[in-house]
Amino acid sequence: MKIKIVSVIAALSIYAGGSAVAQIGKPFIHDPSTIAQSDGKYYTFGTGGGGLISDDGWTWNGGAVRPGGGAAPDILKIGDRYLVTYGATGGGLFGGHNGKILTMWNKTLDPKSPDFKYSDPIVVASSDGIEDNDAIDPSLFLDPGTGKLWLTYGTYFGYIRLVELDPKTGKRVAGNKALNIAIDCEATDLIYRDGWYYLLGTHGTCCDGPNSTYNIVVGRSKKVTGPYVDNIGREMLKGGGKMVLAAGDRLIGPGHFGRTVLGEGIEKMSCHYESDLDQSGRSVLGIRPLLWKNGWPVAGDNLKEGTYEIASERRGYALQIDVDFTRMAGVARGFNRNNDEPVKPIPSQELADVIKNWPTGNIGVTIGDYMFRPHQKWTITAAPGAGGYLGAPYYKITIAGTGRALAATADAEVITVPDFTGGPEQLWMIDQLTDGTYRIMPKVVPNSKEQLALVSIGDSSPTLAKFDMKSDNCKWDLRTH
Amino acid sequence: MIRFTPTIGLMVIAMIILLVSGVHAQTAPPPGPPRGMRRDSITELDTNRSIAPFFKPSTAAKKTPDADGFIQRWLLLEPINKSIRSNIVFTGDYLKKAFDTIYFPDQFTVIPKDGEKVKVGEQELAWHALESPTFNMKLFRFAYGLHKQNYSVLFWAVTIVNSPREMKNVRLAAGSNGGSMWWLNGKQAVILDGDRRMVMDDAASARLTLHKGKNILRGAVINGPGLSDFCVRFLDENGAPVKDLTITTNQ
Repeated sequence: MKIKIVSVIAALSIYAGGSAVAQIGKPFIHDPSTIAQSDGKYYTFGTGGGGLISDDGWTWNGGAVRPGGGAAPDILKIGDRYLVTYGATGGGLFGGHNGKILTMWNKTLDPKSPDFKYSDPIVVASSDGIEDNDAIDPSLFLDPGTGKLWLTYGTYFGYIRLVELDPKTGKRVAGNKALNIAIDCEATDLIYRDGWYYLLGTHGTCCDGPNSTYNIVVGRSKKVTGPYVDNIGREMLKGGGKMVLAAGDRLIGPGHFGRTVLGEGIEKMSCHYESDLDQSGRSVLGIRPLLWKNGWPVAGDNLKEGTYEIASERRGYALQIDVDFTRMAGVARGFNRNNDEPVKPIPSQELADVIKNWPTGNIGVTIGDYMFRPHQKWTITAAPGAGGYLGAPYYKITIAGTGRALAATADAEVITVPDFTGGPEQLWMIDQLTDGTYRIMPKVVPNSKEQLALVSIGDSSPTLAKFDMKSDNCKWDLRTH
Repeated sequence: MIRFTPTIGLMVIAMIILLVSGVHAQTAPPPGPPRGMRRDSITELDTNRSIAPFFKPSTAAKKTPDADGFIQRWLLLEPINKSIRSNIVFTGDYLKKAFDTIYFPDQFTVIPKDGEKVKVGEQELAWHALESPTFNMKLFRFAYGLHKQNYSVLFWAVTIVNSPREMKNVRLAAGSNGGSMWWLNGKQAVILDGDRRMVMDDAASARLTLHKGKNILRGAVINGPGLSDFCVRFLDENGAPVKDLTITTNQ
């Protein structure tokens, strides 16, 4: 668990640049499938059988059940059933390249459910061990435009191939022949957005711990059958690919992309990191925001604990507590002064300079010009033991150097309370949106079942209201200065 | 680019997992062509262990680069056996040592004849004058089809680039699976170090001059576990492929 408990003293000096927190529990997995939801829980399957389950998307532990062994499965919900695919072999690691891709159905992914029963697996693609392909690393894609079901598969050993399956049976469509769509990838995945098909693939070397060079790249096409080209027009059949995610934040070797769309403007990507240096160098599940920039997917960053300006996208003003502005005394120079005098740094206004003037009870929240003053600096840290949501912990948002915490009120407004108590109205979901800005939502609005977000209802006035991706009123930037 | 070769212990464990887990295949995928899909004639024929689908013998017929400028006619030396467990080792220093090593006489000057043989340690290796139907020269398939060692290998390649005029400010653009080094007219032009994969234009040389007439282009590709291959082309000063060249494999 990488959550940093930031002390009051430490918070005085910390600005963003802290660690990005990773999934907790035992999120150890290799080649994870796209994350699926079933019966209120999250699931991902991995190589070797089994997989991870999470109640909230943040704490992951083993327990998922997938028969068949083999490698690199994928899951896709079609109607009220789940289609699971996997490669029966190991991609040359454990012998040759004569692979098989199988599919099977289940009504639920919950192994405790009475409905939990896999259908017999069916071979839908294969490689004979000599041909320029190895039938492992399958991924499923249901075309939202045509309703056709596609499966990509293959690894570094030759071509990545595309075949069509019957979405009713999970079998190969009669007469379908595999099509080559890329080379030199592993763990491909197809997704669709705004008229483009995107082929995600993993380049580099896996399975060598912190020396693995895995990274995720992408090409796109107007047709599902390709050609898939990168941002400079280079075909993935000639090695093209634009980087989506490489190593960083002590996490090495991302691979096996999966996309989860939570709503308009809120997307996540899943992967594994070959080595998490903060977790014994193990291969771990990764979940992070998925952004779109100029028509290309880019991995966002999980929020780093630290101190931020929380700036509204509406006008650019900053969230602040509603206290009287305190002037910085004795440093105004005026005009027509002697500029030959030596210059010297002037200290910023500090919390100690102003906190004595602040009320000690609840203080309201406004939005105003950012002056990097103490009443505008917010420290965001994971709330210990509070659980989380898909890919992130619940956060507490406090005025830097204090315990004063942002909270939702029963009348759907926001205030600060003198001390963070861990109440659900003081826990916040902070999701990076597909455009790189942030949605900030309380876990709970007291006496309400609605999910509301922090919104600028006026340039200077925050409130809680329904989130609208099309409105800058609903979006925030987290800035460091 | 490849999965790292694991230790024997890991392999055994994984094999046990796979064997115990079992697979219940039911039906094979139906054969036959799809409607409206592109076909790939190469991979339809690649299930036999042969170089045939991936190469054909070089001829005396005029051969220009392909539509994208890739040079598809080369003399390839059968692979020199090496011992390389991981492709992470291909640092610039490693490659210079590997490629500075003299494996056979006149290594940096020879234009061999098709079928000519050289002795490298205990290995007797033949040169093959070949053409690839694809943009890249699939060295793994070359070695595999000839029943040679195909992982942990070093390949030498040479070709003659005939230019109709002096061309200044061109660049040699190369991609290779495995580390590689490329020389034009005896001068090092491009090095691809590290854990490389097959990417066209992965690296480009500084500005070069193609002489009028013959230019000797030579390369060496080294790989541990992986599907060795390379692709090479010249780009003009605007980044466009140079295509008005002829490629030969004999003097």
